[in-house]
Amino acid sequence: MDYGHSERPSGAAALPTAIKILIAGGFGVGKTTMVGAVSETRPLRTEEVLTESGVGIDDLAGVETKRTTTVAMDFGRITISDDLVLYLFGTPGQDRFWFVWDELALGAIGAVVLADTRRLADCFPSIDYFEGRGTPFLVAVNCFEGARQYRLDEVQAALNLDPEVPVLLCDARQRESAKEVLITLVEHAMKIRDARRAE
Amino acid sequence: MTVQGDSADHQWVDDHAGPVVRPYAVTGGRARPVTGTFDLISLVTATRKDVSPEIGLGPEHLAIVGLCQRMQSVAEIAAHLDLPVGTVRVLLGDLVARNLVQIREPHTTVGLPDHSIFEAVINGLRAL
Repeated sequence: MDYGHSERPSGAAALPTAIKILIAGGFGVGKTTMVGAVSETRPLRTEEVLTESGVGIDDLAGVETKRTTTVAMDFGRITISDDLVLYLFGTPGQDRFWFVWDELALGAIGAVVLADTRRLADCFPSIDYFEGRGTPFLVAVNCFEGARQYRLDEVQAALNLDPEVPVLLCDARQRESAKEVLITLVEHAMKIRDARRAE
Repeated sequence: MTVQGDSADHQWVDDHAGPVVRPYAVTGGRARPVTGTFDLISLVTATRKDVSPEIGLGPEHLAIVGLCQRMQSVAEIAAHLDLPVGTVRVLLGDLVARNLVQIREPHTTVGLPDHSIFEAVINGLRAL
């Protein structure tokens, strides 16, 4: 692969910076497993405490006391160099926490949408979300044992994806497989970034 | 929603009881930091090796300074101290106001990162 015209050689004295990639998909599809497979530490968990009034969808009528809701996010860290840290965030599974997604997606360089072919519809909301936001994403089909194997073009057709969107098979438990997914995503995101920059 | 939770869960023991000190008590009831917005991946570094307790600084403030001897993101601080992110943001605001920590905002909040950043990430992932 050709990575010509680098604006700055990597490793040059740069200010430390952090970037993030999101791992999305339905409940139990292996988001935290994938974070753990490539992260340098076990996945960490962070929580946002929200008041119900911020949740939006819930009907507050008749609720006398304001309740709080906790949204948990699992994440991991990969230190690329002294001045560059990559964070992987598993998105909260509950669809009603879209506003947390907005915070997470802000500035994310891309997203992995994990799919399980036995419950393909579970990943539709994630795909719709990233398509709507213009966040570069790919679909990684987590190969669960016992699940029927589909061809990638069948998955692509079933998800009605733009042909540009990479679709690949993976095993979220395997470090090498998760690495390949992330590399493919960053390459895809870089292509989109360069195309947008050229416009 | 009016789900009350399992009646069997009403025994308040260990994790069920929640933290001994409530998040709003840690911040003195404040919901927003005095300064800064603090993205989840803003990187925090302590400016000093050690901070002696002083008025206005609680044990959680000191814990953050201790933790950030090595660069940490806001999300990591929250996870390691087992505090909600909102609480950590308030505490960080106090520390920034006292020049006890330095914040490095992520690249990506000001537009797409450089081509070179993408290359560095790809090479870094390959080398894992």
